[in-house]
Amino acid sequence: MSDLLDTFLNWDYIAEVLPDLLTTGLVNTLVLAGFSAVLGTVLGLGLALLGLSHRRWLRWPARVYTDIFRGLPAIVTILLVGQGLAVVARPLFGTNPYPLGILALSLIASAYIGEIFRAGIQSVDKGQSEAARALGMTHTATMARVVVPQGIRRVLPALVNQFISLVKDSSLVYFLGLLASQRELFRIGQDLAANTGNLSPLVAAGLVYLAITVPLTHLVNFVDRRLRDGRPVRGGDTLDELEPARG
Amino acid sequence: MTSSSLRVADLHVSFGTLEVLRGVDLLVPRGSTTCVIGPSGSGKSTMLRAINQLERPARGDVLLDDVSVIGANPDQLRRRIGMVFQHFNLFAHRSVLDNLVLPLRSVLRLSKEEARERALRYLGDVGLAEKAPYRPSALSGGQRQRVAIARALAMEPEVMLFDEATSALDPELVKGVLGLMTELSASGMTMVVVTHEMGFARSVADQVAFMDHGRVVEVGGPAEVFGAPTSPRLRRFLDQVL
Repeated sequence: MSDLLDTFLNWDYIAEVLPDLLTTGLVNTLVLAGFSAVLGTVLGLGLALLGLSHRRWLRWPARVYTDIFRGLPAIVTILLVGQGLAVVARPLFGTNPYPLGILALSLIASAYIGEIFRAGIQSVDKGQSEAARALGMTHTATMARVVVPQGIRRVLPALVNQFISLVKDSSLVYFLGLLASQRELFRIGQDLAANTGNLSPLVAAGLVYLAITVPLTHLVNFVDRRLRDGRPVRGGDTLDELEPARG
Repeated sequence: MTSSSLRVADLHVSFGTLEVLRGVDLLVPRGSTTCVIGPSGSGKSTMLRAINQLERPARGDVLLDDVSVIGANPDQLRRRIGMVFQHFNLFAHRSVLDNLVLPLRSVLRLSKEEARERALRYLGDVGLAEKAPYRPSALSGGQRQRVAIARALAMEPEVMLFDEATSALDPELVKGVLGLMTELSASGMTMVVVTHEMGFARSVADQVAFMDHGRVVEVGGPAEVFGAPTSPRLRRFLDQVL
């Protein structure tokens, strides 16, 4: 029993790995996940709008893109993009695997996020866009000011789930080969675990992952509850100047 | 208020093989109110939606002040024609004030201050200025519909279309909205009102049009249409609803 405990919870190893985890690994994981989340969201919104187009030649590429990047294992995409494009990327980024890693993670995330946005936008009542059009708003203004903002609000919980996936999937960038300073949470934990033959550093890395993902999960629930209540998540639309909107 | 006359001529609309409008003719003189009655499925709502091109007519013409607008850019045309929907269709993610400000800014390109000032004035006209900062979800159905009317009026249209504006309201809330529509009619707005409120049609309309099977079957003053209906179909309809 004490052997088992030592394998997973050796405090000496945990104390040894923790500074690296927090100063290097956590930062790098957040950089990978954060940039991928932003890029993946932008690409995803574009995909959703393409997927909702009335023109088949716009819908079709979005469909194929989504099928491919949702259908491939993440590690396959990461290796194909990270290693396959390395030659092209070298003049731009040098040997740093982060840009291509982030690109690969973004491509994967955007396929899912695109579907989330598409569902959200489609769930907005048709009367909303009809009212905007009847007031003389253009199609673009109607989408940008009325339909998309409501669609996005509705899918915020699903979107946060996707961000949680990104935090976890960022560990796969490890396969692209990382310098010591580029190591993210998993790699730092894994390195010391391999060196010591003890899993405690990996447990410590796992705990740091949980410290990110569990609060995010609760944020999802919180946002979900607020949306169900029909209350605004935040009070102020930019134009609400009299006082924060209630209701 | 600069209202216009509205003329609908031989208007045809089809959904696939289903002919919903089969040659609608209607003249609404400037500053007058026409109530459109008829059984459900007769094409009343479709006619309104074809007037502002929410449905694309297959054939026929729509004229504002005797000028054809059927070939006009729909976005331009819709600035001149206000529409009120059965289910209000207020922008759920925006405050009441922003529901008015958004189209004023986006369509009429008013400055922030102008849009705000005009929005508050029109909200005041429907008695809801104090609701400006609230979300639509915090309002009663009747209040929401009054906001929707204010939103359409703030664009200062030449014609107003009402598509069963009180049908989704609880009975006790209908009166306030009809009262507002009565005031608007008296103020000289050109209005086309699709309604099941026969009392409103009788007392407020200058003209009542009865639609059935995609055509205007009978049209005249309320006294004639309700008092001395000539077509058997209108007589049957009135027997059912009165």
